[in-house]
Amino acid sequence: MIWRRPFPWLIALATALFVLLPLWRGSVQLRESLLLAAVYITLASNLNLMIGYAGYVNFGNIVFFGLGGYFCVYLVNDWNWNLVLSALAAGIIVSALAFLFGLGILRLRGAFFALATIGVNEAIKQFVTNFEPWGGATGIYLSLEAYAPLGGPRQALWIVYFMLVAVMALSLVASYAIKNSKLGLGLLAIGENEDAAAILGVPTPRYKAIVYSVSAFLPAVAGGLYFFKSGIIEPGGAFDLTLSIEAIVMVMLGGHGTIMGPALGALLYEEMRGTLLTIPTFSHFQLVIAGLLLLVIVLFAPGGLMGFIHRHWPASRKFFE
Amino acid sequence: MSALLELSHVSKRFGGLAAVEDLSFAVREGEILGLIGPNGAGKSTVFNLVNGVYAPDRGSIVFAGGEIGGKLPYEVARLGLARAHQIVQPLAGMSVLDNCTVGACFGRENLSLAEGREAVREVAELIGLSGRLDELASQLTTAGKKRLELARALSARPRLLLLDEVLAGLNPTEIGRMIEVIRKIREQGVTILIIEHVMRAIMSLSDRIVVLNSGKKLAEGAPAEVADNPEVIAAYLGDPGHAGH
Repeated sequence: MIWRRPFPWLIALATALFVLLPLWRGSVQLRESLLLAAVYITLASNLNLMIGYAGYVNFGNIVFFGLGGYFCVYLVNDWNWNLVLSALAAGIIVSALAFLFGLGILRLRGAFFALATIGVNEAIKQFVTNFEPWGGATGIYLSLEAYAPLGGPRQALWIVYFMLVAVMALSLVASYAIKNSKLGLGLLAIGENEDAAAILGVPTPRYKAIVYSVSAFLPAVAGGLYFFKSGIIEPGGAFDLTLSIEAIVMVMLGGHGTIMGPALGALLYEEMRGTLLTIPTFSHFQLVIAGLLLLVIVLFAPGGLMGFIHRHWPASRKFFE
Repeated sequence: MSALLELSHVSKRFGGLAAVEDLSFAVREGEILGLIGPNGAGKSTVFNLVNGVYAPDRGSIVFAGGEIGGKLPYEVARLGLARAHQIVQPLAGMSVLDNCTVGACFGRENLSLAEGREAVREVAELIGLSGRLDELASQLTTAGKKRLELARALSARPRLLLLDEVLAGLNPTEIGRMIEVIRKIREQGVTILIIEHVMRAIMSLSDRIVVLNSGKKLAEGAPAEVADNPEVIAAYLGDPGHAGH
């Protein structure tokens, strides 16, 4: 039944391409840019659960990524846990923390919620900066030995890349499964009109805390893998509000609330960023462009790319969700 | 017949204003009870107290044997109490089907997504929205949105349905059709508490009527009794000729 819809096939195809393309070309450079794309798709797809489904703009979404990175790197480095276990543990811890935070800050709506999420990110960044077990302001450096269990650094980078591709695929599957579930229906109702949803019986506080927590899990796992791969994690890089805002641009560019939109937006954004970085004049221009892009989308195409397609070809709603 | 909903000595103040004061009345299982009164009499406040938008300052509200005063709207909805609003609140970006499925899935029976969709198809048949299930809620006409409000509330398969001026803004033909729908809903065993300004409609629909004035109960009884009550005429109808309008 589900295989009659195009979306599961597209996830499978995209995942296969991510796995096979760099192997076939044997290109590290291609792998690196696809790795970044996989991270972006993970961030954007999970952020979309908040922005697109529940209608809550999480400006500080990057806190999940950074905190996941810290927990994972710490467990690998100080506790000698293996990578998979560390990344999963990081995801579970960050998810649980998000649930608790969510019960509190999700009482706020609109701009106040958005501000609170920035506050959470900045507060945790300050905390980590002063937290000596995590290296304070200098962060944690992984020793080369950390890569030994994965067959040395060179092979470890490939393995981490495939893991991140798996996380990306899971993010897409989660977006799809949630949208086609009762949870998703309740979230969309909250996104449309929270008061009306509550009167219809949607347990709004619980649903919001659940989606906040769910949207934290895979980004935290991705953060763990990403910073393991980098070999270093420090507060500035882990809790970079810039990446938070870029993730919002990706969601809006592709089309919030749709399943494929955020992934599409992430790919386009990564492509644009890559192109700009290679042109010397524009190498620091990506944020200016991102800001302008966001402005143009919000003003002229609030539904993003997918919204545009749906409006001009209504039949496409059934196929490109 | 036993009482499905019973308000006892319920009061609610907003600042210095007593919106509802020491109000007691009961809705019996299976009846249609009309709640009328001039503007500002506290009718909508009563609805907001019953479905959990406000918590009462004093008094108790018992629904199906349990206290619901102070419970939250989604908790009350789960118990089998649904509401159609005076000012329609469609989930505009969602289809008619999805709007109603929210009602079905999060209502009394806690249905799964598939069961909910099935329940909605039955309700849509009754309400006359069958052909429009795939349309976006925002694309419906005013009358269509009123129907959606009703269909969505009914999809929850409630025991008690609160109807807040569902006839307002409709033309006479649409009013006639809506009254038919409300009668059919009652025939299915749903108890109805209705606020309405269209006098002829509420007089013919209701089994009993409660009249509110300044947050207090002014009269209670069969439509004919209430319409003949001099106090009611003075407070609410003013000119008796208005009753036939």
